[in-house]
Parts: sequence; structure tokens; C-alpha cells
Amino acid sequence: MKILVAIKRVVDYNIKVRIKPDGSNVDIDGVKMSINPFDENAIEEAVRLKEKGIASEIVVVSLGGAANQDVLRHALAMGADRAILVESDQDLQPLAVSKLLKSLVDREQPALTILGKQAIDDDAGQTGQMLAALLDYPQATFTSTISINGNEVVAIREVDGGTETIGFNLPAVITADLRLNEPRFVKLPNLMMARKKSIETINATDLGVDTKPRLQLLKVSEPPARKSGIKVGSVQELLAKLRAHEGIQL
Amino acid sequence: MKTLILAEHNGEALNASVYQAVTAAQFWNAPVEILVTGNNTDSIAQQAALIAGVARVIHVKAEYLAHPLAEDVAQIIVDIANEYAVILAAHSSYSRNILPRAAALLDIAMISDVLEIQPNNTYVRAIYAGNIHTSIQSTDRIQLITIHSSNYSAADIITNHAEVAVFQAPAPQQKSRWISETRTLSDRPALSTAKVVISGGRSLGSAETFEQVLSPLAARLNAALGATRAAVDAGYAPNDIQVGQTGVTVAPDLYIAVGVSGATQHTYGMKDSKVVVAINQDPDAPIFQIADYGLVADLFEAIPELTAAIQKN
Ligand SMILES: Cc1cc2nc3c(=O)[nH]c(=O)nc-3n(C[C@H](O)[C@H](O)[C@H](O)COP(=O)(O)OP(=O)(O)OC[C@H]3O[C@@H](n4cnc5c(N)ncnc54)[C@H](O)[C@@H]3O)c2cc1C
Ligand SMILES: Nc1ncnc2c1ncn2[C@@H]1O[C@H](COP(=O)(O)O)[C@@H](O)[C@H]1O
Repeated sequence: MKILVAIKRVVDYNIKVRIKPDGSNVDIDGVKMSINPFDENAIEEAVRLKEKGIASEIVVVSLGGAANQDVLRHALAMGADRAILVESDQDLQPLAVSKLLKSLVDREQPALTILGKQAIDDDAGQTGQMLAALLDYPQATFTSTISINGNEVVAIREVDGGTETIGFNLPAVITADLRLNEPRFVKLPNLMMARKKSIETINATDLGVDTKPRLQLLKVSEPPARKSGIKVGSVQELLAKLRAHEGIQL
Repeated sequence: MKTLILAEHNGEALNASVYQAVTAAQFWNAPVEILVTGNNTDSIAQQAALIAGVARVIHVKAEYLAHPLAEDVAQIIVDIANEYAVILAAHSSYSRNILPRAAALLDIAMISDVLEIQPNNTYVRAIYAGNIHTSIQSTDRIQLITIHSSNYSAADIITNHAEVAVFQAPAPQQKSRWISETRTLSDRPALSTAKVVISGGRSLGSAETFEQVLSPLAARLNAALGATRAAVDAGYAPNDIQVGQTGVTVAPDLYIAVGVSGATQHTYGMKDSKVVVAINQDPDAPIFQIADYGLVADLFEAIPELTAAIQKN
């Protein structure tokens, strides 16, 4: 069974992004970039399925600029077999990403495609569901457990108020939650080996997909800051302050 | 053209977020319709028909809709979508599962977690865990959005019913099947609508101490409990009470962060709270930057003391 994993290169989650002086967009020049955390869970799950003998090949794909090679190499070092870079200098929004991924699924015919549940830069949380729709496949979003038995998948999903368990047949699309697994650390020798592997590059325009952004970015701004508060010296003082605060009854 | 709201319910009652979505929908000054799907959901459809500002309820009922699956509900939306200029829902796990699927089937770019709706199909939403706000404009024929519910007040309940139209359910997609669900049972108020929320972090140390330390205070304040991802990952609290970028967003009157460091991924989910109290033993913890009242203290002393002081009153 072949697994396709889609990984996005995003600003590292520890970085607090800033706005360009002209306010046109965020300034990510020279900022540390990483694999989207959920996508690391997606790779990890694929590698574990391979280690269990369920998966036979793992193909990772990333869409974006040439710099995305670094996250693809990280995925190869984690245990992916092949990497594909779909190169584009456009602002690829979830609908466009899902269309490009669909053409790759059409080409590669994976039994299972795993994505992250959301990208931590745009926080859209849409691409996996959109891809499943375009493929007319079943979808399991926000999954924290997957078990595969032959052609049958049972997935536990994290939902508001608890969890939901669903079953479906392959081929299917799954999106990973952070609790799906604990991604492994990449060892240096593996990283060195991954450096030697070749990455297939496809030009996005060759896939014949309309990737024109549908959403125009008008401006970015700092969110309104909370007004700064005070420190209190004791529980008694905290209570007194809260009681004096309108509307709080303690 | 009309506005359609995807309603979420638990089989007994409409979700509070439906009332907030109706308020948001008034922006377009167009007739607002609510889509209710399910099985044995006549009373839910009636509840929806009693929301002020609702012109019509569309009720799609079938046995297979008792546990709504994304493939089925997305298809129902697609079947009726062309009558609407706007399709919206709360940014809940329910809608986030369904609406992007419907959007792709309709070839529409969806806009997630909208903070503010502006004229000319323009929306303000947060990116980078709430560190940045963007204004974006949609060029699509249907506006398909989820809203940040806590930014909208709930619409009123009225006495004269809107019409309830029962639509024939399409054939089931049979792509996936519902097997089971677990619901976190709690006597406490629901996290997303509670007036007071007390959140605990990794520092609570175990599931037992999490409950022991926080529940007496929660009981006294009629508060819901929340948690950080670190606390959830460690098994101290269930996943559905994780507050933050990848969990629930809350905006209560009072938020008490107990032993929470204040990572942006956490504060994304609570910084719209009216009053924030932080109790942390590290005076430099980032949570103090957004707290109205910060107390530098050991939580294992401060929380029992606070609980006792309130109980005396
Ligand atoms: C992609 C991604 C998504 C994430 N999404 C979320 C999310 O939705 N929600 C979320 O919460 N996190 C999320 N996180 C994790 C987030 O980055 C932080 O790691 C997490 O919020 C930290 O939890 P914490 O405050 O409990 O733990 P820590 O950061 O370890 O902080 C513990 C705090 O407790 C204090 N403390 C210790 N002992 C005591 C004591 N006895 N008395 C008082 N104070 C004490 C310490 O001073 C410290 O400030 C996400 C991370 C990633 C990468
Ligand atoms: N440019 C991209 N390249 C590869 N995968 C992507 C890209 N953008 C989004 N994805 C995948 O889609 C998931 C959800 O992204 P989003 O819908 O943008 O929140 C991510 O976790 C990735 O798995």
C-alpha cells in the first residue's frame, strides 16, 4: 500500500512573526522555517504504518518555492521513500493546494493520503477536506488514532465535546491531529543520507490546474492588544480587586 | 439572495453557536435560513424556527443522518447552495469537517474563523495563532465562511414561528460509517459558553490533582474547566477542553489561568476574555503580559486559599 503525505513549509511555531514596515504582508525574510507540526505527525504515522508492514511506500509532497526542499529532506530523513516538490511562486490557497494535490493523487494512486489538520500559518484547516471532496473519497479529519485492517480503516477523531469513531474503506484522506503520535527525532546520519536522495520537481503550471488566488489580501495588522494589567501581592488583594471589578461576583 | 446557516445540535438542543451565527448573518440584510439535518429532529427544527431574524428552516431528516457524516451533509449543502449568496456556520469541529468539503465541491474558496465581517465581501481573520490579523476579500460567487462565535452575541428567541420546510434527504453517500462516540460527561457548564473558565496547565502534575485542585473552585464559581495542550497531552484533562489555536476558543467574563505559561498557541483561544487572572510562580511567565490581574504564587497554595476565601463569603 502506498501512502502520500502532504507537507507544508511554515514559519517555525516558536517564532513571533512581524509585519513588514509597509503593512503589506508579514515579514518572513530570514525567519526560521519548519515543517508544519501536524504534517510531522502525518509523516510519523506513515512511517509507523510502514514499520508495521502495512505500508510499502511513502511519498511526500510539498507545494511552494525551491526552499521547500528542506522540509522534504526532513521527511526523507524521518523515513519517507520519495519526495516531490511542486514548484510555484504563487500564493497557494487551500482550494488551489487541494487541486494540485488531486492531480498528484491521480498520478501516484496512493491508497491513503495524509495531511495535517491545519497549517499553523494560515490556520485554515481546509485542504484535507477539499482534497477528499475533489477525489470523491471518504475523509477522516482531526484523527488521533488510525487502525488499518486490509482495506478497512477505523479512525478516532477529536471533536468538540469528546471523540468520534468512524470506519471507511481505502482509498481515503486523513488529517492528523497532534495526538496522533509523537514524531521521532531525526538522527544526523539519516539527515545526511536524505541529503543525497534526489527530489523530483514538477512545475505547478504543468499540472494544468487553476491556482489563481480567490482571496485577495488587502492588508495585515497587529491584533488589538489587551491593555496591560497589574500584579497583585496576595489572594486577598486579588479577591478585593475582582470584587471591585464591575460584573464579577465572588 | 439568501443566507444559509448550517446548524449544529446534539440531538436535543441547538448549539448556542447557531444563535450567534444568526446575529452574524444579519450583516447581509438578506433572508436568513437555517439548515437542520438529523433523525428525530422535529423539535430541533422548531427551536431554529423560534430564533429572531430567521426567515425559514430547512429540515432534512433521515435515519442515516442520526450521526451526521461530512460526506452526507456536504452533499446536502451542495444540493441547495445555488439559492444562497452566503453560507455560514460556527468555526466548530462539526462545521470545519463539513464546510471545506462542500466548498471544494462548489469550487468556492472558504474563509475560516472570521472575526469581523465588512462590506464588499471583506473579512478580518487571524493568522499565525492570532499574532496577526488579515483583511481579505473574496471574489467568489458564494461567500462560504465560518465565524469566530465568541465575537457575536446570541440572537433572541421569539414566539412566532418561521416556516419549517421539510426537504427530501438525498440517498446516503455510504463513504464512511459512524461507529461510536464518547462524550465528556460533566455537571459543569459548557466550556464554550461558560461565564467563568478556569484553565490548568502541565504544572497540575496529574489527572487526580487537576481535578482535586481545580474542581472545588470551579464548583464555587460555576465555572467550566479548560486546559493547555501540555496538560491534555500528559493525560491530565480530556482533549475536548484544550483551549487554544488547535482547541477551543473561549471568551468568558472571567478566565483564570492556573499554572499556564501563556504560549501564543494557548492565548489565541482565550485572549478575548473580559477579565483574565493568571496565577503562576514564575514572575516572567508570558501569561502575565495579557492578564488583568497577575498573582505570582504557588498554585497549590493559592488555589485552595482562593477557594476557601470565596467559600467564606
Ligand atoms: C502546532 C501547535 C499547536 C498548539 N496548540 C495549542 C493549543 O491549542 N493550546 C495550548 O494550550 N497549547 C498549544 N500548543 C502548545 C503550546 O505551545 C505550549 O507548549 C503549551 O500551551 C504549554 O502548556 P503549559 O502552559 O501547561 O506548560 P508549560 O509551558 O510547561 O508551563 C507551565 C507553567 O506552570 C508554571 N508552574 C509550574 N509549577 C507551578 C506551581 N506550583 N504554581 C504555579 N505555577 C507553576 C511554570 O512557571 C510555567 O509557566 C501548541 C503547540 C503547537 C506546536
Ligand atoms: N503548500 C502546501 N504543500 C503541501 N501541503 C500543504 C500545503 N498547504 C497545505 N498543505 C496540507 O494541508 C494541510 C492543511 O492546511 P490548511 O488547509 O492550509 O490549514 C497541511 O497540514 C498540509 O498537510
